[in-house]
Amino acid sequence: MPDKKQDLIDQELQELNNDGVDRRGFLKCMAWAGTGLVWTLSGGIPVSRAFAKDHGKDAGKGGDFSFVQISDSHIGFNKPANPDVTATLQTAINKINAMPHSPDFIIHTGDLSQLSKPSEFDTLDQVLKGASSKQIFFVPGEHDMLSDNGQQFLERYGKGTKGTGWYSFDHKGVHFVGLVNVANLKAGGMGWLGHEQLEWLEDDLKGRTASTPIVLFAHIPLWTIYPDWGWGTDDSEQALSYVKRFGSVTVLNGHIHQIMQKIEGKVSFHTAMSTAFPQPAPGTAPSAGPMKVPADQLQQVLGITDVNYVVSGRSLAIVDSPLGA
Amino acid sequence: MTTKNAWVAGLAMPVAIATLLLFVGSAKVTASNQPSAANAAVKIDNFTFGPQALTVPVGTTVTWTNSDDIPHTSVSTDGVFKSKVLDTDEKFSYKFDKAGIYPYYCTIHPKMTGTVVVQ
Repeated sequence: MPDKKQDLIDQELQELNNDGVDRRGFLKCMAWAGTGLVWTLSGGIPVSRAFAKDHGKDAGKGGDFSFVQISDSHIGFNKPANPDVTATLQTAINKINAMPHSPDFIIHTGDLSQLSKPSEFDTLDQVLKGASSKQIFFVPGEHDMLSDNGQQFLERYGKGTKGTGWYSFDHKGVHFVGLVNVANLKAGGMGWLGHEQLEWLEDDLKGRTASTPIVLFAHIPLWTIYPDWGWGTDDSEQALSYVKRFGSVTVLNGHIHQIMQKIEGKVSFHTAMSTAFPQPAPGTAPSAGPMKVPADQLQQVLGITDVNYVVSGRSLAIVDSPLGA
Repeated sequence: MTTKNAWVAGLAMPVAIATLLLFVGSAKVTASNQPSAANAAVKIDNFTFGPQALTVPVGTTVTWTNSDDIPHTSVSTDGVFKSKVLDTDEKFSYKFDKAGIYPYYCTIHPKMTGTVVVQ
């Protein structure tokens, strides 16, 4: 197993090194309200910049804004890895509410519930009601499809979506696309988008100028992280081919309960921490299941992701914050 | 033969048969460290079905037990059987009345696959 892990690390480093950006060469990093790291890549050159809240010169385009990604709340889970996932979700919401700049909206990248039970969705809704951002966008995780192929999820969170729950929307000049890769999964396979959704995606992106920043979000990672554990999407390559022409693409995923990042050309991939429990790094445990950490460390391995769009910047700045920071 | 002898002789046969059956019966009991024809078990743990390939005689009821701390399902790829979502310690049973090969998987974590071979 150590060899496998080393190979994986080498592979990741290789990919990072091939994009023309030296992470170790970052000149500045900026602490964000004392709780994180802000970095922006603009045309491949690292730039640190003060986040401007005023919607000055680019009023037409809408100006800078931010949103928060949370993921994998698993309401209903109650095993030793975290006996109270509702409490840690509440901590995450409190953290969002305490941010110096209120995010425009929240995106939840799936596994809202543990077992798709109505009571679990109800509890989630209760907690989210207390968020300062009233607009919340969702995509389902595999745990949200359990009782009825996701019927309940669609009724509660999928109004206006198509198929198994995909949709898109625009916000201040940025185009967001929510994808569902946890339905109709094939035996032995990983995540799956399906033909109908791919066709819709191609059509949805048609005619948009290449300078439109694109954000894709889905539960299971849209790039292959670790096939043995199902950490990838079998037909994502086709989806990614549709966004290839755009100048700035950000892919936000969940499912793996840890942060992983990759940059491939103009596409930035990022997975979020869970608000419920961490999972082991690929190949470091017999399976991908909930990982128990000492109680006083739990808050360090759960977190939220703050995403900042800066008008003159090419890419979105992503800041991960652990709950306990 | 005298009546007495005949009587003893007559008894000898059934006794012999009874003894033989007793032996056979006990032999059967001792040899049964393997699952009997009636029941077999699959344990779900660490995102794995164990044993991954299970061979059983026709008429066996296979019971899946989820010992993992994450829910799983056991669903035939050919629509033959389908468990509900099994949380930790929950079970699902299916009786295989027809010979054949039955691949199945977990619909939540499709990388988890297994086979039941019924002979």
